[in-house]
Amino acid sequence: MNNSIVERERGLLELERRIAELRNANVSQPVDMSAEIAALQQKYEELQREIFGHLTPWEKVHMARHPNRPTSLDYISQLDRFDELHGDRMFRDDPAIVAGFALLHGRPVMVMGQQRGRDTKENLRRNFGMVTPEGYRKVQRLAHTASRLDVPIVTFIDTKGADPGITSEEHAQSEAIAKCLYEFTEARVPIVASIIGEGGSGGALALGIADHVIMLEHSVYSVASPEGCAAILWGDATKAEEAAARLKLTAADLRAFGIIDEIVPEPLGGAHREPATVVSTVLGSVSMALQRLGAMSTDALREARYQKYRRIGAWETERLEVIGTSR
Amino acid sequence: MPMPDWLRSRRGKGADTRDAALWSKCPVCGEVLYRRDLAANLFVCTKCEHHFRMHAYDRINMLIDGDFTEIGAAVQAGDPLEWVDKKTYPVKIAGDKEKSGLSEGVVAGIGTMDGFEVALGVMDFHFRGGTMGTVVGERLTMLLEEARRRHLPCIIFTASGGARMEEGMFALMQMAKTTAAVTRLMDDGNLFVTVLTDPTTGGVSASFAFESDVVVAEPKAMIGFAGRRVIEQTIRQKLPDQFQTAEFLLEKGAIDMVVDRHDLKNTLVRLLQYTSQKQVRALQQVQDKL
Repeated sequence: MNNSIVERERGLLELERRIAELRNANVSQPVDMSAEIAALQQKYEELQREIFGHLTPWEKVHMARHPNRPTSLDYISQLDRFDELHGDRMFRDDPAIVAGFALLHGRPVMVMGQQRGRDTKENLRRNFGMVTPEGYRKVQRLAHTASRLDVPIVTFIDTKGADPGITSEEHAQSEAIAKCLYEFTEARVPIVASIIGEGGSGGALALGIADHVIMLEHSVYSVASPEGCAAILWGDATKAEEAAARLKLTAADLRAFGIIDEIVPEPLGGAHREPATVVSTVLGSVSMALQRLGAMSTDALREARYQKYRRIGAWETERLEVIGTSR
Repeated sequence: MPMPDWLRSRRGKGADTRDAALWSKCPVCGEVLYRRDLAANLFVCTKCEHHFRMHAYDRINMLIDGDFTEIGAAVQAGDPLEWVDKKTYPVKIAGDKEKSGLSEGVVAGIGTMDGFEVALGVMDFHFRGGTMGTVVGERLTMLLEEARRRHLPCIIFTASGGARMEEGMFALMQMAKTTAAVTRLMDDGNLFVTVLTDPTTGGVSASFAFESDVVVAEPKAMIGFAGRRVIEQTIRQKLPDQFQTAEFLLEKGAIDMVVDRHDLKNTLVRLLQYTSQKQVRALQQVQDKL
């Protein structure tokens, strides 16, 4: 159950390998196997549609966590140039945040992304993409620098949530996240955020206040991880599938709610099936958004950002005569 | 200024007569306390000084001199996710209203403290664990915007289990919304103080609670980002008792002061005094323009 998508995908990959083998054999041998290959190909496509055609929210959670899904560094490595900057200037450098100056289609940007590992060893070093206060302070520092130097901010979000360890609490994780929100709200430059995998709670939002928010089709973004939500509400983390269904955490739900601005579609089978295409499509969308936002004055940009968040959840608010000036 | 009924009923008589229980047992030392004595002692155990979680109305009654003009009291929760588990979300909310006597997780408004006009927001753990959904976010944002408009200092008392799950991403986005209002208030040079009471965690601690000029906490209040259980499950060991208490955070440099409830109002008034000249000047500038 836990890895349903990865498990089911395995059969598909096996079939894919068989077809490739037959194709090779067909070239080198006199017997014609075209019919057999076509039949297998058809079966392959049916199976693919069956597995990936209608993903449930829970399956999307697994898709978002897929070990082969492109990570922040897969996007950053496709930028024209990248000069990584390190450290919070206080305590340490957090490898769960990769950040620095970069060129995107020739435009200078400050890029920052949450980085999970692509194997066990890297996951241990990068703490599974769960950022510590030091990582968030690196983000604050660089957001401030970017704002001062008039360099737009580009973020990539991919985390289960902020690191919940003892040291993180001792180093004031809450304050570190809160000040990221503050810094992003105040920034005098355009901000574009892309949710490329899992966007979990405040730890994700710390890089998520933006003028334009892009989400990959099978990414998820939620108030808490489904496991966390199930534990909080029902004291039972194993009810995560039910929580995933209730939380409305898919890109389509969040687009309908006006919480994100743009969905980038994924190929059938997910972003990891054609990573190069997905990465360049996302970077193209980021670039377009930056171009549009770059035409706005600083004041207009900041006012629009304020109003964007000001509106969320005010839908049932009776606009009351807030208060008289009776004094 | 109009005085809400709940405030009038608390004035002069001490404890709220609506309160069913006449006696309360201290959860720390077990002492059985007469409710009226407890109220007279600001809901601090007379034996062990444990600070009980206070009702928002009692808190405002304790802090505000005279009248209190509520802001956003009419803002009511929607059900954006059409949430259902054992109960529907609207049914849960109705139960919380009944149980707490509150219309939502925060009471906000304008009043005076020792003559200083302030914008005051008080969260209440008795309503859905003080969780922040759209109503809490909206009321606090209205409060912060009104404080900015009137050049008033703002004080917010927090008590919260974090973001409200049943409102999903709408709840998470209240962190962004309140932060936006906080930045504008502070940019204009207004004093912003937060008082962290038991417990303050998750989306509330990771937004406006820690964005203020001065962070005050009540003794022994549990304050942190991740809940204790989450940390224990992650690291697979028991945490020390002192972990995530106000005193622990003070030692680690995360908060400015831990203040006993009996000294709280005086402490806040002293903080208001440091910045009052600035307020007077700002008000004068506005009046000069008119």
